[in-house]
Amino acid sequence: MNVVVTGLGTTSPLGGNVADTWEAALAGKSGVRRLEYDWVEKYNVPITIAGQLVVRPEEVLTRPETKRMDPMSQFAIVATREAWADAGSPDVDLYRLGTVVSTGIGGVWTMLNAWDTVRDRGPERVLPLSVPMLMPNSATAYVELELGAKAGAHAVVSACASGAEAIALAYDMIVMGRADIVVAGGTEAAIHALPISTFAAMSTLSKRLDDPERASRPYDVDRDGFVLGEGAAVVVLESEEHALARGARIRARLLGTGRTSDGYHIAAPEPSGDGQKRAMLASVEQAGLTLADVNHVNAHATSTPVGDPIEARGIRSLLGEHADQVLVSATKSMTGHLLGGAGALESVFTIKALEDRLAPPTINVDNPDPDLAINLVRNTPGALPATGDLFAINNSFGFGGHNVALLFGTP
Amino acid sequence: MAYTESEVLAGLAEIVAEETGLDTAEVQLEKSFTDDLDIDSLSMMTIVTLAEERFDVRIPDEDVKNLVTVGDAVTYITKL
Repeated sequence: MNVVVTGLGTTSPLGGNVADTWEAALAGKSGVRRLEYDWVEKYNVPITIAGQLVVRPEEVLTRPETKRMDPMSQFAIVATREAWADAGSPDVDLYRLGTVVSTGIGGVWTMLNAWDTVRDRGPERVLPLSVPMLMPNSATAYVELELGAKAGAHAVVSACASGAEAIALAYDMIVMGRADIVVAGGTEAAIHALPISTFAAMSTLSKRLDDPERASRPYDVDRDGFVLGEGAAVVVLESEEHALARGARIRARLLGTGRTSDGYHIAAPEPSGDGQKRAMLASVEQAGLTLADVNHVNAHATSTPVGDPIEARGIRSLLGEHADQVLVSATKSMTGHLLGGAGALESVFTIKALEDRLAPPTINVDNPDPDLAINLVRNTPGALPATGDLFAINNSFGFGGHNVALLFGTP
Repeated sequence: MAYTESEVLAGLAEIVAEETGLDTAEVQLEKSFTDDLDIDSLSMMTIVTLAEERFDVRIPDEDVKNLVTVGDAVTYITKL
């Protein structure tokens, strides 16, 4: 069973749709800005920069929609509407339509606002939809409702690998015959004092607060942590047979998925990168390809001192000399880290890279870490081979030792 | 403090409009919450919760089912 991509959607720190986001990415723009919210000062939040949406959901959704959904679901609905329209708004058998939209953290805004209400104004003031809004399956459920999907609605949670793992589960649904078409992706709306304070307490966030656009710098020697981002991305996956039967435009193929776990630590990546390499290799093997077929890697590369080298060394040791030919992009340098949305947005970048035969740049790498022997695309887009099939891996790794690699190919 | 019927109607209309996207002008005394305004039971509980706060009243769950029309709710809240 072949699985193809027929629709893309996003709302991201680089733009309110795929076209704007991709244009900004190719131009090497940063979506990281200072946080201008009252709560930043009020709670003395230690990190005051983040990758923030260009288009707020309230600009495109109705007031009742924004009241009924946590921001994470709002982002997901915006991305879904674009992806579904991009797929041609097909009239499909709803019993063969599924959704897998994941989040790493869930409805943190709704949960904590509801708790404020309980504590300060009493339990009788809590809005009745609070739990349906905050539950981690809320985004996938609202997407399911939006489309009327009846084949299954799932939310796989694996921290910063959630968005990629959602796409992998959607692949499974189609290959296993559970659905013909699945809307899959990830979302996160965690620019909130609690997650920021927690990540800061772990010393995982960049402290380059006076220079927001330059803070996220994967593979640079002076990288000092990731920059939190927000947003959602969604892809429409279909069996090739279904897509061809309805005359859909096939944008890319999802050829393989690799999912492994480290069995090592709740937050730290396993130092040898064994689990990451096994995930990448599994994606290539499931696709029936060899490592020498890989042209491009959209790296997880969050800009942390510890994480980036493990992945880079893994890419080098897995690909060997062929790594010299593989263009590696670290797009979190521009978007920040969307946590549960990251793997989905980076899948969109990977698919667009195959379509345009251009690997997006990694910005802010003033001094590449000499220890990292990979062919990093810096500052301007990198040209992929002009002819022939192209294959690309999108890596996503998450707290808990989750490793997900998705292998996409040209149509 | 007590509210007049017109104050309650205006307040309810704003709450219903926020929750449903309807125009406040559509929220009239004779309109049924379910049949005319297409408000489901969960949305109704949200509207009740917001109305309780706005008018500083308590509307027990067992009374909510008796509030069929907007007028029922206005009368109920005005008399509390």
